[in-house]
Amino acid sequence: MEATELRAQIEELTDAYVECLDSNRLEEWPDFFTDRCIYKVIPYENVALGMPIPLMYGDSRGMLRDRVVAHRNANFFAPHLYRHLVGRVRIVGRDNGTISTRANYAVFRTMLDPSNYGRSELFSVGVYQDVIVFEDGKPRFKEKVVVVDTSQIPTLLVTPL
Amino acid sequence: MSGLTQSRSAQANGHPAVDPTRVPYRVFTDPELYAREQEQLFRGPTWNYLCLEAELGKPGDFRANFVGETPVFVTRDAKGQLHALVNRCAHRGAMVCREVRGNRKTMVCPYHQWSYDLNGTLRGVPFRRGINGRGGYPSDFKLAEHSLTPLRVATYRGLVFGTFSDSVPPLPEYLGPGMCEHLDTIFNRPVEVLGFSRQLIHGNWKVYAENTKDPYHGSLLHMFHATFGSYRSSQDGGMVVEGLNSKMIALKADESQEISAYTKESVDSFSKTLKLADPSLLAARSEFDRFTTTIQFIFPTLVIQQISNTLATRQMVPLGVDRFELLVTYFGYEDDDPELRAMRIKQSNLIGPAGLIALEDGYAVELVQRAVSFDNRATSYIELGGRGTENQDSLVTETAIRAFWKGYGELMGLRWGASADGSNGTARAD
Repeated sequence: MEATELRAQIEELTDAYVECLDSNRLEEWPDFFTDRCIYKVIPYENVALGMPIPLMYGDSRGMLRDRVVAHRNANFFAPHLYRHLVGRVRIVGRDNGTISTRANYAVFRTMLDPSNYGRSELFSVGVYQDVIVFEDGKPRFKEKVVVVDTSQIPTLLVTPL
Repeated sequence: MSGLTQSRSAQANGHPAVDPTRVPYRVFTDPELYAREQEQLFRGPTWNYLCLEAELGKPGDFRANFVGETPVFVTRDAKGQLHALVNRCAHRGAMVCREVRGNRKTMVCPYHQWSYDLNGTLRGVPFRRGINGRGGYPSDFKLAEHSLTPLRVATYRGLVFGTFSDSVPPLPEYLGPGMCEHLDTIFNRPVEVLGFSRQLIHGNWKVYAENTKDPYHGSLLHMFHATFGSYRSSQDGGMVVEGLNSKMIALKADESQEISAYTKESVDSFSKTLKLADPSLLAARSEFDRFTTTIQFIFPTLVIQQISNTLATRQMVPLGVDRFELLVTYFGYEDDDPELRAMRIKQSNLIGPAGLIALEDGYAVELVQRAVSFDNRATSYIELGGRGTENQDSLVTETAIRAFWKGYGELMGLRWGASADGSNGTARAD
């Protein structure tokens, strides 16, 4: 694939991914990943210390689906919206159809509960460290590691980043 | 009922000082009370959790933390000795230790480069004699008189505690025999720290303290297991209460047993139709004989949790009357095989700020704080499992919460409730 074509596909994947989360279509979120995958949200603090504990972790599309089912049916939390701002995606590696990328992100969270309705705050800032592969011509995340600079989570993290 | 008064001799009239079944919400909202907690609790007769000894493996290792709002840091000196020091230069008050953790031979205050040993002794100050005989410190200046303020340090099974008090009982006595027995079980061999998480919760730290002493909410607020029909504990268990400290134990379920009556009855969205697509999340190894979950509370701000194969300490760091940070330290054992280590990491999905069976706690604390802040005269109602503070063989009890308020009231010299003062609802000093 040509470099410009590849870049266009990766940018579209990134845009579609954050649009899915920001518009609360969580049921579609696992489909951005390969069946065997890594989705990991890990605080910068642990990365800096070389320690493994993540905040969220899934190593299969099934585990990501379970997160969504829990989000919809089991977990209690204040209703909220996300708005992702993702910086320019940089391709840092290309090897046998596997593409490694980096992109900074910021997520603003707007509360929809009676106490804070309409209040927005910077919820999380960090970097996406992704590994992308093509399946049937479609790009998917084989790995998405979200290194969260905002190690101190405001209240709770229930919606994926 | 809701009056809250201060008393020097709370039990002088023979009545209990506080009614632990009716706690005035003012304990969560009063800035004056919060300021007094700093003096009477955190700098008073309590042992405060500082860190795990495993975080200070080598000489020179240090770790910054807080006791209440007082900044402190813990060090391991060249001889291997642990020290805890107030993080404030003896000169003009600047914070000396400026990183969360690290390794240094000395601590140098950046403001004027006063230099301290890791035990807090002042080793040198620049321009002590001035320059060319002009300026400098008076001739009677002694380095030894300007050390950092120390805390007394004690460890139990690799947990490091500090105190400002000379009168607090020795650490094992402060913990209590039942608490020590449990720490002996959880910290039975050297641990390895696996990571940290931090959560900023907009509520009073004591709302969270209540939460960790409250087994009632376990399967009602946290619906993950009920939703997926994946219960691993029988909901049989009990509370062990030793003054302000306590532990909750959930016993293992009989394998043949399905969802217990308690759960079935109380969980409205219980559904057998939802199944985990990937149950590897719950793959676990039995590590402790009888129990699946234990939540231990050590007053004032430490919680030790064991849920399946997840092990962690949680520390409440108060940041004001209506805010605290919850700092979770995850650990395993040094001798964990790779499979068990991987289980602990995967199961960490269940706990912490994004924990599938834990994330609701931060929300619940904020729901309480928001709803009690407008009315200082209202009280809570805490009579589940009776009105006493004894051990109970049940998880449908608030006995440990009552014990907490009884002990808290005594330490703070407070009285409230009709039995204490026939209060007319106004707060006043005796």
